[in-house]
Amino acid sequence: MRRFDRGIWKHPSLPKGSRTSMTTEPAGKTPLITGTGRRWDEVPAAQGLDPDSARWLQALADDGPRRESALAELYAMLLRAARREAGRRGPRVQITGPELEDLACQAAGDALLAITQKAGHFRGESRFTTWAYRFVLFEVSAKIGRHFWRHPTRPLDAESWDRLPDRFGFDPARESEWRDLLAALRRAVDTELTPRQREVFVAVALNDVPPDALAIKLGSNRNAIYKMMFDARRKLRAALVANGYLHDEESRRS
Amino acid sequence: MNGWAALDLFLQTDPRDVGCAEAMDMLHVYADLVAAGVPAEERYPGIAAHLRACGPCGEDYEGLLAAIAGEAH
Repeated sequence: MRRFDRGIWKHPSLPKGSRTSMTTEPAGKTPLITGTGRRWDEVPAAQGLDPDSARWLQALADDGPRRESALAELYAMLLRAARREAGRRGPRVQITGPELEDLACQAAGDALLAITQKAGHFRGESRFTTWAYRFVLFEVSAKIGRHFWRHPTRPLDAESWDRLPDRFGFDPARESEWRDLLAALRRAVDTELTPRQREVFVAVALNDVPPDALAIKLGSNRNAIYKMMFDARRKLRAALVANGYLHDEESRRS
Repeated sequence: MNGWAALDLFLQTDPRDVGCAEAMDMLHVYADLVAAGVPAEERYPGIAAHLRACGPCGEDYEGLLAAIAGEAH
């Protein structure tokens, strides 16, 4: 349980007075918070940092009340962003009310922990707050992905081919025009894709399983799922072009 | 958009697409440029292509822009 103590946010797994660790910093990259008591502006890589980002880094590198105050301020910012994002996405996966608030609080707390652990990797390529918001958005995405399987819309192994016309907006009154196209697509799914590509395509394209949720179910990650879908889409389109159902890119441009 | 065009668009892939990992690594940089009115798409066409095609990353991007905008108010 996260709590405020005299207005100062405390994360249960963040030891009192803990500092960011620099032990994992990649070779050749100078951390902006050094953990050796150096100020941000004593680090060459920090030169040219915008004043607000510099203020954040300096405060988080501090040991005393200034750091505590910065953590509380950062947590409040993250929580606002988490609430906004959870409110935007939550209803789609049937998360509302206290559960949604709990998800936002957990996302903000976990993001704060990640930020304090990784602040040394901040390179000043963006504003510090934008870099920090990224963590909370990823946390909200991951937690909503995990939540999906508590109320799945349909079984993972279902194949909802009958939903495809509606999904792509095919006019039922003109079924004679698109029936062959969708039959060709189905054949291509069966013959052109690897078993893993087929599994991912069916889950995402036919069963509306969010990629983040699918990644959790398959013990994978978003990038791998996307790559699988990318390759599947490319193969399916090539098959439909080869069979005359779609135009290739060259003829489209000419 | 009719069904044929929607299906065709869904199946199209952009060879410049950098994938989720690289797009997410640079999302904060890209979003800051966009928020500042800099033509980020010209500087990072592979990230722009990815954000157009990937629903989850596109959603994270929209959320990041909303967070930046919310901070300004």
